[in-house]
Amino acid sequence: MFRTEEMDINMGPQHPSTHGVLRLKLTLEGEVISDIRPVIGYLHRGVEKLCEHRTYPMIEPLTDRLDYVAAISENLGYCGAVEKLMGVQVPPRAQYIRVILAELQRVASHLLWLGTHALDLGAMTVFFYTFRERELILDLFEAFCGARLTYNSMRIGGLYEDVPAGWFDRVRHFIDIFPSREKEYEDLLTVNRIFKGRTVGVGILKPEDGIALGVSGPTLRASGVNYDVRVAQPYSSYEQFQFDVPLGANGDTYDRYLVRMEEMRQSCRIIRQALERMPQGEVRAKVPKYIKPPAGEVYHVVESPRGEQGFYIVQVAGEMPYRMRFRAPSFVNLQALPTMCKGQMIADVVAVIGSIDIVLGDCDR
Amino acid sequence: MDRDTIEHIVIPTGQVLVAVAIVPLIIAYLQLVERKVLGFMQVRLAPRRVGWHGLLQPIADALKLLIKEDTTPAMADRALFTMAPIITVIPALAALAVIPIAGQPFELFGYTINPWISDINVALLFLLAISSLGIYGIIVAGWASNSKYSMLGALRSSAQMISYEVPLGFALIGVMMLAGSASMVKIVEAQKSAGWWFVGPQLLGFFCYFISAVAETNRVPFDLPEAEAELVAGFHTEYSGMKFAFFFLAEYTNMIVVSSIVTILFFGGWLRPFPNIEALAWLENGWIFLVPLVAGASIGWLIDQRAGTGLRWMFAGGLAGAAAGAAIGVTDAFGLASAAIPALSGAFWFSLKVSFFLFMYIWFRGTYPRYRYDQLMGLGWKWLIPLSILNVVGTGLAVLLRA
Repeated sequence: MFRTEEMDINMGPQHPSTHGVLRLKLTLEGEVISDIRPVIGYLHRGVEKLCEHRTYPMIEPLTDRLDYVAAISENLGYCGAVEKLMGVQVPPRAQYIRVILAELQRVASHLLWLGTHALDLGAMTVFFYTFRERELILDLFEAFCGARLTYNSMRIGGLYEDVPAGWFDRVRHFIDIFPSREKEYEDLLTVNRIFKGRTVGVGILKPEDGIALGVSGPTLRASGVNYDVRVAQPYSSYEQFQFDVPLGANGDTYDRYLVRMEEMRQSCRIIRQALERMPQGEVRAKVPKYIKPPAGEVYHVVESPRGEQGFYIVQVAGEMPYRMRFRAPSFVNLQALPTMCKGQMIADVVAVIGSIDIVLGDCDR
Repeated sequence: MDRDTIEHIVIPTGQVLVAVAIVPLIIAYLQLVERKVLGFMQVRLAPRRVGWHGLLQPIADALKLLIKEDTTPAMADRALFTMAPIITVIPALAALAVIPIAGQPFELFGYTINPWISDINVALLFLLAISSLGIYGIIVAGWASNSKYSMLGALRSSAQMISYEVPLGFALIGVMMLAGSASMVKIVEAQKSAGWWFVGPQLLGFFCYFISAVAETNRVPFDLPEAEAELVAGFHTEYSGMKFAFFFLAEYTNMIVVSSIVTILFFGGWLRPFPNIEALAWLENGWIFLVPLVAGASIGWLIDQRAGTGLRWMFAGGLAGAAAGAAIGVTDAFGLASAAIPALSGAFWFSLKVSFFLFMYIWFRGTYPRYRYDQLMGLGWKWLIPLSILNVVGTGLAVLLRA
């Protein structure tokens, strides 16, 4: 008697909750999703091709623009890759400062994720609270390298220069106050019935699906897979620090939330250890003025806030790479979205996108 | 004009005009208050560029909406698209007609003026009926926009509002049984003779009513129809300028109406606290109690801000102020307490209570995430409806046993 039909709906690329220019083609039965296809590429800038016409030091600012929410992780990964190719040993002090920067960046990135994720679920206030603390971190970065978003903070072989006077005290102050601030967010969300209703059991990713799809980072660890590049293949002297890798049990949106909240605490723990054991000495190894790595290939991975961030360089000769390739965690994690969203409701899509924590600059490159 | 014409035509018309003129102004400033309170909760400053601390911001906003281009999507149904905001806003404003803001009439130019537009004996039924009408505007808006997001928003809205009408109605029945009337004035008078506000015996009814009412007005955490994270702006996605302003006006008018109904039905309307205890009669002139309280708390808060002592001085200042106010009231110092004008003091208590519930709305908005569509339906049908029916049965039994 009644004729029902599925409705196709375009979510994005100018939709408020797709976190940038992601476009989703949804097929809906009422409010239930029967099919979902992510369409990407709206932010493609051809960074990999651009790199083939830049000298090695000139590429680092380009890496800032990949995952602009966690630019320091990109810097760290890129510099690490070139250093591996050249066989340069980074001085211990530079390694420790890099760890502090990378972990602060992880906290800042997770804060941005938490604020926007909560905002997508309708909780407005958390967003302002997280930005209050993110601001403190950005101030630290600004004091360190002068920039607040695209830092270009490292150099091949170490750092441009040592940290400014009093910077470590400011970092210490931040990690002292941060746990109480994090409790404020948790008070608003962790035990909130509505928040749990929106996240528990929503967008479940099974561990075997996660591994098959190449998912990494907190998104994979929330499914209970213990894989953290910082532990599995330590870089920048991560093997010298004590920290736990938080794991989830069910792989749902709530677990991904809990994992990231715990990661922020662990990051503070790592920073505290780095501050206590900060070595003295140079912050930059001796590298030639014109960087011409020997011919060869190198693949280097770091644990960015979003997951496994890989850098693949093919060097043939000269000052420029022959081929550059970035393994973008957002790109790989995004392909798990249809698996997580089928059969859920339209409101769950924004919750799941938020919990994967994609950055389109990273995804499209 | 003879006296009869004036009493039956001129005065009611004047009252209607005053209501229709004043309520949008109140709403404009309610919105400023909302932004300020949210700003305070969210550690930011809120508007402060237009006028002193943003006091002229609502006027600037209204002007902006007035001169903004009024667009209609090419594929929209023009007639319905234009009618939808009107269909929404008229019932919202019409509901104001049966809301009494004070108990005693007052004299003006030799005429007796009631502090309500009309006191009909089916006021509650009228309110239920008229508030359901507003849904049509939303459905029509979503349909006429010819946009998928609007349509989804409108469907959600109609499902939500129809579901929550049911517990809303049941929650009112308890009050009606206790008061033995559906007239707003009679209900408040029943609370006066009962000696306590109906929130006492009708606590369950109050919770059911208030939660359903928040859902009915589409506010956080039930703001699914306009869930910006999912549906962009729901049913009013395609609206701009004055047409959008009408939806906005309707939403905030509904908030005021709902807060007024809660106040009247459960919190004694214009009655002071403990309306039958003579020793507290000085509370009739509520401001002699509240002005010292607010002043003390504000001074304490300022000290706290300077000294960084949390909220310690604010509470101390508030307590001291309250004590001072009570002292002035009990001793009738300066003859302040006995100088109360009944209509004014009624309006004072009424607006104080309404403001409190409006504040609750803002507080919710600052605290809660949003429900999902199916969870919202679950809450309505699985919890609120059984609870409100239980409340009706319980109240009925109690009334029967006492009689």
